[in-house]
Amino acid sequence: MAKEYGEVQLFGVGGSPYARRVRIALEMKGVQYTYFEEDLRNKSDLLLKYNPVHKKVPVLVHNGKPLAESLVILEYIDDTWGNHPILPQQPYDRALAQFWSRFIDDKCLPAITKAAFTANKEERDNSAEESLEALQFLENELKHKFFGGETIGLVDIAAGFIAFWLPAIEEAVGLKLLSCEKFPKLHKWGQEFTNHPVVKENLPPRDKLVGFFKARYASITASK
Amino acid sequence: MAGESLTLIGFWGSPFALRVKWALELKGIRYQYVEEDLSNKSAMLLQYNPVYKKVPVLVHDGKPLAESLVILEYIDETWEQNPLLSHDPYEKAKARFWSRFVDEKCVPAVMATFSKGGEEQQKAAQEARENLKTLEGGIEGKRYFGGENIGFADIAIGWLGYWVRIVEEIVGINLIDKELMAKLDAWIDDFLELPVIKECMPPRDKLLNHNKAFHKLLTSSST
Repeated sequence: MAKEYGEVQLFGVGGSPYARRVRIALEMKGVQYTYFEEDLRNKSDLLLKYNPVHKKVPVLVHNGKPLAESLVILEYIDDTWGNHPILPQQPYDRALAQFWSRFIDDKCLPAITKAAFTANKEERDNSAEESLEALQFLENELKHKFFGGETIGLVDIAAGFIAFWLPAIEEAVGLKLLSCEKFPKLHKWGQEFTNHPVVKENLPPRDKLVGFFKARYASITASK
Repeated sequence: MAGESLTLIGFWGSPFALRVKWALELKGIRYQYVEEDLSNKSAMLLQYNPVYKKVPVLVHDGKPLAESLVILEYIDETWEQNPLLSHDPYEKAKARFWSRFVDEKCVPAVMATFSKGGEEQQKAAQEARENLKTLEGGIEGKRYFGGENIGFADIAIGWLGYWVRIVEEIVGINLIDKELMAKLDAWIDDFLELPVIKECMPPRDKLLNHNKAFHKLLTSSST
């Protein structure tokens, strides 16, 4: 059975939402892979060799051929292993899935990160405003149990940051963005997503994550 | 196909709209083109692209799509003649990787070189040069990113050379080094000479003047 998948390696970091995305997709499809935990302060030669452009995780190596950028990797996984598809069949629905997953990376995540981890208060407030607008778009877009319908898809996997990392950030820095009053559907979705059997097994320990974000916040505000 | 309607909402000076035009023309797809006045955005644009409020937007049988790279993939999947993406998943992934690299890394660095001054500009120019050199690696010694024939990445990236050369002229800073980036330079020339590509390009003088005015606007607001 392992031969069917070829040799699959994943370079990641436990706390990285991007690396976790790839693990979720691989495990949903039952793909056998070897995982390598990177130390980002001391990047391995293999990581630098396989991702010379960005020097980041995650990196997927399939039969010796490396790929970087989590959304690119997710689509590759779906193109390569057809079971449990994470993208819809119809071109228009596929395009929408691509659109929203990119929206999450291009708009949501940067705004949320800035809203939490910027020294300047005005910038933080502006980014918080931007984050709320972005979350509202996602709230409006959610029409079923998951963005992917009855099962999780590309957009759900991409939005994992909002379900798990965002609440940890909120706790660490004293920020409130994803309230269930403002975003009832998204809030519920977050719980469904993190309780999904495959996702549940692929989340980093929450207290460690909160600690990491607390330290990051302290270093930003201390450097003022 | 009876009853099928296809509209591209764009702006003559937008490289992102140009990508979509190229894809439609290469596949011989008939469409209606609507020119948007970006200083006075139409209700139609705001309705069809409420998230970004930008061009290009493709509307197919009343269903809108925004984000040029997403639109390109939709076009490729819907009209299968003259395919842009390879069938091979790994080649597909590489094409997507380089297209995103341009949008996420090259474009911001070139824009910063264009709009900033002094040390910030020098730093941005250095970053832009490094990114362009990295991009050259994506050609992998082939004629085009797509191999012997142009593909998805060529369509997505091809405009960059045209624009960067205009930026270089306006700010007087060299970004594409003809010696150090010979392969990239050659690919740009090759690509821009292709008939379908050339036909869709906005006239150089018009684009140069438009960007000169834009540059004046950007740099005067900082004094």
